[in-house]
Amino acid sequence: MKMRRVVPGRFADFGGRYAPETLMGPLMELEEAWESFRADRAAQAELGRWLKDFVGRPTPLTRADRLSAALGGVRIYLKREDLAHTGAHKINNTVGQCLLARRMGKRRVIAETGAGQHGVATATAAAAMGLECRVYMGETDMERQALNVFRMRLLGAEVVPVSSGSRTLKDAVNEALRDWAASAPRTHYLLGSALGPHPFPTIVRELQSVIGREARAQILAAEGRLPDLAVACVGGGSNAIGLFSAFIADAGVALVGVEAGGEGLSSGRHAARLAPGSGAAPGVLHGTFTLLLQDAHGQVKETHSVSAGLDYPAVGPEHAALAAVGRARYVAASDEEALRAFDLLARTEGILPALESAHAVAYAARLGRKLGAGKTVLVNLSGRGDKDIEIIRNSRPPRGGARKPLILSGERGFSGEKVSMKKPPRKRRSG
Amino acid sequence: MDLEGILRDARRGRPAFIPYITAGDPTLEWTGRFLDALAEAGADVVELGVPFSDPVADGPVNQRAAERALGSGTTLAGILDAVAAWRRRGRKTPIVLFTYINPPLRMGLGRFAERCRDAGIQGVLPVDLPPEEAGEFRRVLAAARVGAVFLASPTTAVARLPLIAEAATGFVYYAARLGVTGESRTLSASLARELRALKRHVRRPIAVGFGISTPAQAAFLSRLKRHARARNAGRGQAAAAGRLVDGVVVGSALVRIVEEHPPREAARLLRKAADAMVRAMGGRE
Repeated sequence: MKMRRVVPGRFADFGGRYAPETLMGPLMELEEAWESFRADRAAQAELGRWLKDFVGRPTPLTRADRLSAALGGVRIYLKREDLAHTGAHKINNTVGQCLLARRMGKRRVIAETGAGQHGVATATAAAAMGLECRVYMGETDMERQALNVFRMRLLGAEVVPVSSGSRTLKDAVNEALRDWAASAPRTHYLLGSALGPHPFPTIVRELQSVIGREARAQILAAEGRLPDLAVACVGGGSNAIGLFSAFIADAGVALVGVEAGGEGLSSGRHAARLAPGSGAAPGVLHGTFTLLLQDAHGQVKETHSVSAGLDYPAVGPEHAALAAVGRARYVAASDEEALRAFDLLARTEGILPALESAHAVAYAARLGRKLGAGKTVLVNLSGRGDKDIEIIRNSRPPRGGARKPLILSGERGFSGEKVSMKKPPRKRRSG
Repeated sequence: MDLEGILRDARRGRPAFIPYITAGDPTLEWTGRFLDALAEAGADVVELGVPFSDPVADGPVNQRAAERALGSGTTLAGILDAVAAWRRRGRKTPIVLFTYINPPLRMGLGRFAERCRDAGIQGVLPVDLPPEEAGEFRRVLAAARVGAVFLASPTTAVARLPLIAEAATGFVYYAARLGVTGESRTLSASLARELRALKRHVRRPIAVGFGISTPAQAAFLSRLKRHARARNAGRGQAAAAGRLVDGVVVGSALVRIVEEHPPREAARLLRKAADAMVRAMGGRE
């Protein structure tokens, strides 16, 4: 008997399709539908129209002059995914996958969400295309992102609290997978990051690659050359892979993914998987073989980040591969650094970034000062910070006022460099 | 006798009864006692679940069991030690481990296979490892002479059945319903038809699970014939040849007993429930 030896969806040694048998049929159906969607020019044109007329693409590239000046003259450009409809890059993926669901004849979509941005983007696209929508969300995340829960419900989605495990993103994925195993004939699972079993990491990368394609053309138009560095935050890694995908072949562009350093890597309370010192090991979670935060017995660890969207124990397999081959570098920014970068961007550029995106800003600010004038840094501003205002407010020092700006904060904080072990100023969750 | 032989065994005159419990629920010490109860009630094979932090193929009952087991400090290594200790007490009932692949991966697949062999494990069912990804897993298990069990489900494409049948050296486990493990009030109306179709493509023995929770359901599966119109062929070889289902797995209904009762009482009730299943399926040989 001949066996099929070629396993699709591999990125170096990572990725693959580690799914329960009940999901193998739906995953193969999805793979076929995706390939035909990709090859169909009319379908691609329709996707293009949705991205332009509904999402508002292309999103601008903003030269951040005051931020650059504050950092000693490095030229920082911000790719403004925060200006996409619903306020984050997530909508690029959900519009594409809702079109795909419709093409497969599925009238119902389900999704997991952490910060709520993917849930809102799914509910939005589903409403606009007349699809039934259910979003699974960890109870902890529902508390810290209450506004997004309300937004989803306004958009007609059913939000289902998940109370198992750590009550965060990974548990929401578990619940969505269970739903899909039972409902696949009429339901599409709209996975929100470049994660999960094949073909999801490829589908999400392709749908998010519009970020990189636009940014590459925009920075070439503005500067006449490619950036020295492209930076993005990495939770599952969809905004980062979307940005990186356009520059992977350009050896002169350094790619840096910024993970959630939480309270510091050595505290164990973080969500870094690829940054040096993260303690992650190769393993399988949610259908993909990747770097995974786990204990010595192969049980998945609970993670911590001030930003719900980065609070996940595994990383997209293509990032694991880019790290393994040395094409991209991964570092961590702590909760405290992200909060300070939030302040910095607010005051220098008049932009409130999502706490997730603030991790990327934190690294750019840090490195920008080292690089100095003449270097160009492209930062993906994956989302806007309105959803995080409550968290920011609760993280303020008791007397109010701004935190010490990042640019005055000295040489510490990133893993692989000097890691700050400073405790956060006070409890972030105020019940 | 290897797993395949046990499931095929004609002398039994009925499918193998395969109860499932989660190892370490509520503690590994009690798992040994529960295994005693199931063996004494006439279990032909026991399926022992390895608790995992993210059991995506399991329904709420088994999820909670995994949480209890992890809460009491259960590890894969500890489970293998506990099975070895159970064997040292002279227990012969074959054991199949039902596991998500990450704990064995973390242990190292080669080491895992050897430790399974040394502990007296007859088979492993890797619930989130389809045959397409199972190359190394199959090699190390075969080298250690431990059986591999793979799943088929109502959504499995016919084109993949030969791959599953070839990979499964113990038996093929058919998930009787879409979705996750758990109890069902009624079995799918198309189950018999699905199983007959499966039997045409799969020479290995077939066990049925996911949603089997009552003696009546177990009895129904035991009576199914390979050909829809076949008469009852009686006992012995002829009956085995005509039998559609070679094993019946009952899980969540038993795990629920462990959840709802103090352990000592649970051991007694497990034995009672297992005994009722065996009798409904046709009794002890």
